[in-house]
Formats: sequence, C-alpha cells, structure tokens
Amino acid sequence: MSEIKQASAACVPTPSSGESEEETKIAVQNLDLFYGDFHALHGVNMDIPANQITAFIGPSGCGKSTLLRTLNRMNDLVEGCRIEGVVALDGENIYAKGTDVNHLRRRVGMVFQKPNPFPMSVYDNVAFGPRTHGIKGKEELDGIVENALRKAAIWDELKDRLKKSALGLSGGQQQRLCIARALAVEPEVLLMDEATSALDPLSTGRIEDLAVELKKDYTVVMVTHNMQQAARISDKCAFFLLGDLVEYGDTQMLFSHPVDKRTEDYITGRFG
Amino acid sequence: MKSIKETVAKVLFTAAAGVSILAVALICVFLFASGVPAIAEIGPLEFLTGTVWKPGSDIYGILPMILGSIYATLGALVIGVPIGLFCAVYLSRFASPRVKRLLTPGVELLAGIPSVIYGFFGLVVLVPLIRQVFHVQGMSLLAASIILGVMILPTIITVARNSLDAVPESYYEGALALGADHERSVFRVLVPAAGSGIMAGVVLGVGRAIGETMAVVMIAGNQVQIPNSLLDGVRTLTTNIVMEMGYAADLHRDALIATAVVLFVFVLVINLVFAALNARSKK
Amino acid sequence: MEQKTNSAAASKNAAAEAPKKPHRKVSSAILGALVRIAAVATAATLVIIVGYILVMGIPAFNPDLFALEYNSQNVSMLPSLVNTLLAVALTLVIAVPLGVMAAVFLVEYTTRGNKFVKVVRITAETLAGIPSIVYGLFGMLFFVTFLGWGLSLLSGCLTLAIMVLPTIMRTTEEALRAVPDSYREGSFGLGAGRLRTVLSVVLPPAMPGILGGIILSIGRIVGESAALIFTAGTVAAIPGGIFDSVRTMSVHMYVLSCEGLHIDATYATAVVLLIIVVAINALASFAAKRLTKV
Repeated sequence: MSEIKQASAACVPTPSSGESEEETKIAVQNLDLFYGDFHALHGVNMDIPANQITAFIGPSGCGKSTLLRTLNRMNDLVEGCRIEGVVALDGENIYAKGTDVNHLRRRVGMVFQKPNPFPMSVYDNVAFGPRTHGIKGKEELDGIVENALRKAAIWDELKDRLKKSALGLSGGQQQRLCIARALAVEPEVLLMDEATSALDPLSTGRIEDLAVELKKDYTVVMVTHNMQQAARISDKCAFFLLGDLVEYGDTQMLFSHPVDKRTEDYITGRFG
Repeated sequence: MKSIKETVAKVLFTAAAGVSILAVALICVFLFASGVPAIAEIGPLEFLTGTVWKPGSDIYGILPMILGSIYATLGALVIGVPIGLFCAVYLSRFASPRVKRLLTPGVELLAGIPSVIYGFFGLVVLVPLIRQVFHVQGMSLLAASIILGVMILPTIITVARNSLDAVPESYYEGALALGADHERSVFRVLVPAAGSGIMAGVVLGVGRAIGETMAVVMIAGNQVQIPNSLLDGVRTLTTNIVMEMGYAADLHRDALIATAVVLFVFVLVINLVFAALNARSKK
Repeated sequence: MEQKTNSAAASKNAAAEAPKKPHRKVSSAILGALVRIAAVATAATLVIIVGYILVMGIPAFNPDLFALEYNSQNVSMLPSLVNTLLAVALTLVIAVPLGVMAAVFLVEYTTRGNKFVKVVRITAETLAGIPSIVYGLFGMLFFVTFLGWGLSLLSGCLTLAIMVLPTIMRTTEEALRAVPDSYREGSFGLGAGRLRTVLSVVLPPAMPGILGGIILSIGRIVGESAALIFTAGTVAAIPGGIFDSVRTMSVHMYVLSCEGLHIDATYATAVVLLIIVVAINALASFAAKRLTKV
C-alpha cells in the first residue's frame, strides 16, 4: 500500500505482475474514486498495454465505465467526484497539478455508448477536433477528414455526402463517424464506452473489426456488456464487481481458466 | 348513457374554447372595419409611404412611424441580443448553482417590471444622462432603444436558456472528449445546436419591442420625423396611437386605427416566424 | 480583467480540473469574459433600476399618499391601489373560468387532428402576441363605444380578460397534460363519467400549475397601462360600480409622470408597484416549486 504511494511521486509504473514483455501505455495505481460519500472504485491497480485491446467487463454498476472515464478525466464533469491514486499515461500522472486536460483528451480519445454526432455536417463533425487544435488550412483539413474516415472504414459510404447533416446517418454509421471524429485528432489511446450496445449486430460486427484494425496504431480500451465481444476481440480483459478489480489478465486465460470464483460465476452466466 | 350534466358541461367547455376564436374575430372586424376604409380613403401608397402626418390638414403618412418602430426595434436588438444570448449561455453553462438560484429570479423580476416603470426610469435617469453627455434634448431613438433593449432581455434570456438546457449533454461530452475546452464546446457545438430555439427567443423579443407603447412614449420624443441620428426624437406606430387617440375624431381617428392595423400585420408576421422556428426547434 | 475572469473560470472547476490551465486559448478567454460581463450587466441593470426607484421613492412616502380621496394636493395613490385590486379581481373572475374551461376542452374533450381545436390554438397564439395598445384600441371600439359601456371598470377588465386568456389557457393546458393518464383510466375504470373525472381527479393535481398561470396573469394586469387608458380611463377615485371609470396603479404612474408635477409621489407609486411585482414573482416561483413537487 504505502510503497505504491511513494512510487506515485516518481510515477514510473512498474508492472504489477510477472508478464512484462509488452510496453505499458496506461498505468493505474491504487486508484480510489468517490462520488460524494459513495466509494465507487476500490484501490484499482492495472497496467494497460500499448497497441492491444483491453476490455473491461462486469455487471452494471460495477465501476467499469467509471474507470474508463477516469482515463481521460471525463469524470471531472461529475459533481462531487473525488479521485485518489495515480493514472499514469506514458509514465506521467494525468491527475498531477498543472495537467492540461484538453491536451490529455486529445491524446486519449473517446467513443460513447450512444452515437453523439454534432448537429452539423459529416465533414464539420470530423474537422471539429483538428480545427479545435488550430488547423485551419482547407487542404490539410480535407486530408485529415478523408484519412480519418478511411481509418474508420466509412469513407466509401460517406464521401459523397460530406456536406450532409450527420444526424441523417444510420446508428451504425453515426458511431463509425464518431470513431472517425475521435481519430481525426490523432489520439494515442481510444476509449470505447460500450460503443456497440446501441447498435444492430451487423454494425456491431463492423465496429469490432474496426477495433481490431485500429490496435495496430492505437491503444484501445473498451467497456462492454457483451462477454462474447470481449472474448472475440480483446487481448487483455479485466473483470470488475462492485467497484473491485477482481481479475485481470490475458483474455484467453481469463475466459478459459479464471482464477477467482466470482469471475468464473460471471463468465459462466450466473450473474446474468 | 349520457347524462344531461355531461352534455351541458361539454357544451360549456366548447363554448369557452370558442371565446378565443370570437375574440380574434371581433378584434379583426373592429380594427379592419374602421382601418381599411381609412386606408382606402387616404390611399394605401400615400398612407404607407407618406412622410407627413398632419391631422389638421387631413394628411396621414405613417412612413416615419413605420421606420421609427423598425429603428427602435433594431436598436433594442443591438443591445438585447448579445447581452441576452451571452447571459443565457452563462446561466445554462457557466454559472454555479448558487449564482443560478440568485440570477434566475432576477431575470424573472426584470420580465415582471411594468412598462411604466421602465419608461419612468428612462425619463428620470437615461434621458437626462443623454442630455448631459451629448448636449441634446435627450428624448431620443437612443433612449428608446436602450430601454427596449433592457425590456426584451428577459425574453431572450429565458427562451435561449431553455433551448440551451435542452441540448443533449452528449454533445458537450463529445466535444470535450475531442480536447475542446469548455468555451469552445459551448459556443461551437451547443449554441449552434440550440440555434432555432435561440432565434425563436429573438423573434419573441422583436414582438415585444415593436408592440411596446408606454415605455417608449415617455422617452422617445415622439416627433413625427424620420430620424437622422440616434439622438433624434422618434415616433413609433404604437406611440402614434396612444398620443392622439384620446382626442381624435373622424378620419383622424380611423387613420389611427389603420395604424393599429399595420402594427397588427407586423405582429402577425412575427408570430408566424416564431411558430415556424418553434416547430423547427422541437424537431 | 481578463486575468481575473480567467482565474475565476479556473476556480469554478478547481475541484475537478487542474487549477492552472496551460495553453488556454485567447478566443476562449475572450468568450469566457464576455459571458460573465453579460451576466454582470444583466444583474447590474436590475439592481440599478430597482435600487434607484427604492432610494428615490422610499423617502418620498408620507401619509397623504394614502388618503382615501385623491386630489392634486395629496396625490393619493390609495384609490388607484384599490382600483388595481378591483381590476385584478374582476378580470380574473371573467378570465379564469373561461381559460380553465377552454383548456379542459382542449386536453380532455378532443381528439387529435380536430379542425376546431386547431383554430382555437392558432387564435390563442395570435391573442398572445397582440400588443396591449391594440387591445386598448379594440376595447375602446367595442366595449366603450359599440356596446356603449363607456370608460369603465367593466370595459377595462373585459379587455384585460381577453389579454390574459391565452396565458391562463396555456398554463392550464400544460398542467392538465402533466397529469398522468393512469389517473383518468383509474377514474373511468370506476365508472366515473368524463365530467366527474375532470373535476375530481384531473383538476386537483393540476391546481398548482393553474395557480402559476393565474399569478402570471395578475402580474400582467397590475403592470398594464396601454390597454387601460382608453378603456378604463383615468379617474382617480374608488368607483361606485362597474360602469365607473377607474385608474389603476400603472395608469396612475403614467399620468403622474406625464404631468411631471409630482415627481416624489411618482417615485413612491413606483415603489409600491415594484413591491407588488416582487411579491407576485415570489408567489409565482413558490407555486412553481409546488408544481414540481407534485
């Protein structure tokens, strides 16, 4: 306990477990989170590897979305939310004083549960981020928009309707547009908060394929209700229950040989 | 089986609902019955584009009043829209709950202050101030614009704020997650998303400014002239009616009613625009 | 200034975001400042207007201002105060039953797509947008001249009643629509008729909302002047009957400030008007709170 607190000053994450071939992108150390009096996360420790898909699973209210939202400090928006511990991105504590939150969110992009394209054109949606960060040239923006839409595998569908309102797209298209929008600011990490739960199976499949494609260039962290999804596409998997990180490890291991009884109960369907 | 009571009640309720139809019909009949013949007698072109209003010589041109109403309303918008919009943004997205609890009733109070008090305040504070600063008489288009600007503030603030509050939180979160700061998220995403609702507030403000009478008559000077500067006196459609109705007779009286007809048409157009915007913002 | 608002912005979010904001954009700083300036300007306007009236008006009070009869010596506001109360009472007696019944019809007695309902709605919206001077003119043409009731309390109140009718209709309609359908179904299920359902099941929970509309209307009646000058007239005496001319507080203030002879009395009248308006506003927000609780 205390040695981790000391280590937080230096903020050099040390792998908590033995397996350490891969490079750690985000290190969560001894993280406690409170909503007012409610203790929502209890001393979470985990290292999230670069260029892999890490999935958070667990029943509703277990804290998995909460943890995801601490990684780009979206929890700052919640009144009465208090955080203790360290979240280190590339070895630097993002909760340190003087952190530029906007810069952090540029590096750690996010896709939400419900697709939330802005009520403007497809083009303006994708260009919003780059414009925010000072890119004004039309040609440069055109290039970024095309590139982002291609990466999100939606360029072919949308290239003829860039000037149309994004609200006219289907749910699946909207979500991929939101992914493109997030990619346009060139993040290093992409957080996906149950990004497929509002979509039909076909759209879900496309976004899963996309996530696998994206992990070449990005670190992907996803929250999902859908255990099959976690098993299908994630490399690492973390199981949460009532604010505790119960078990964390390679997805295959976790699903085939869970160490904890509660994990086993959950993945075999006893929690529902 | 329907009881007599039920039937009577239904007839009563239906009749009550019909009262608003009856009222609008009566208003139209009585205004148009006197106003339209007057316009015909004066000549529509002479009436609407004439610049001379001399009841003594039976000359009735209301162009100065039409322009006066438009100028005063534009002046009010110049003051009321920026302050109102920014204040609405403040209340919706910047203010702490404590400040909100203080400022919201303040805005409501601003809406509740009677016209005569605004006019009186303009008369005893604003007009002398303009007189001192610019060395003019003081009762002017400027005074009217400022007071009207203040009077439409609460309308704009309330409507704009409501539509800003109605914008889904997910838009705001989405912008933040792209690394936009609070101000950019609010002004580049939320304000455009609330656009037609905000416009509806502005249109409602226009309706209030163009219809305002008592506050304007006390501070606008009321000379029949097309103002050349903000410091000139001005007479609006509404003040034209209230100034002269008390003693007018014959064609003069009907010309004033015709003035009200013109005002009525203005207001109808504004209502239509407002309804259209409202329908759009609900979508 | 900019520095100050900047840090104010930061301190608001101090708990959540880092106290020091690096790379804060100039455009954002300016927008943040403008937003706060606008809020301060709005608050300042209210404080200046109300403060000025209070400071000038309160010392002007003297017992003469509340003499039972008005004359040019005492400039008493008591008759106009009484007249205002009379006007509020009479207008509400006319407008509230009409407005509430009309709203009940719109919510409880109609089906979707009814033509009559559409016309009722459009006309009510039109009424809501008509300037008060046009009402005044209409009242003069219809009640005063055509019906021959002269400048009178009755003419004035009927004019005001048409004016506040859309407000009462709209607020009542909203309140009725907020009553869950399950209440109605429950009542119908017990074999109650439509009228009984409306009177004993639907209207009671809608009362706070209706009350809110009534309070709003009172505010409008108290503040109105343009619609009354040519309908109720300017006689500053307590009327003997509904066919006597009356002068309400707002009209009284207008007449005084036009005469320009009794500036102190005008300030004092403004203070009383303001107090009434503040009281009405407080009542309205109280009613609104009750509404949200139900």
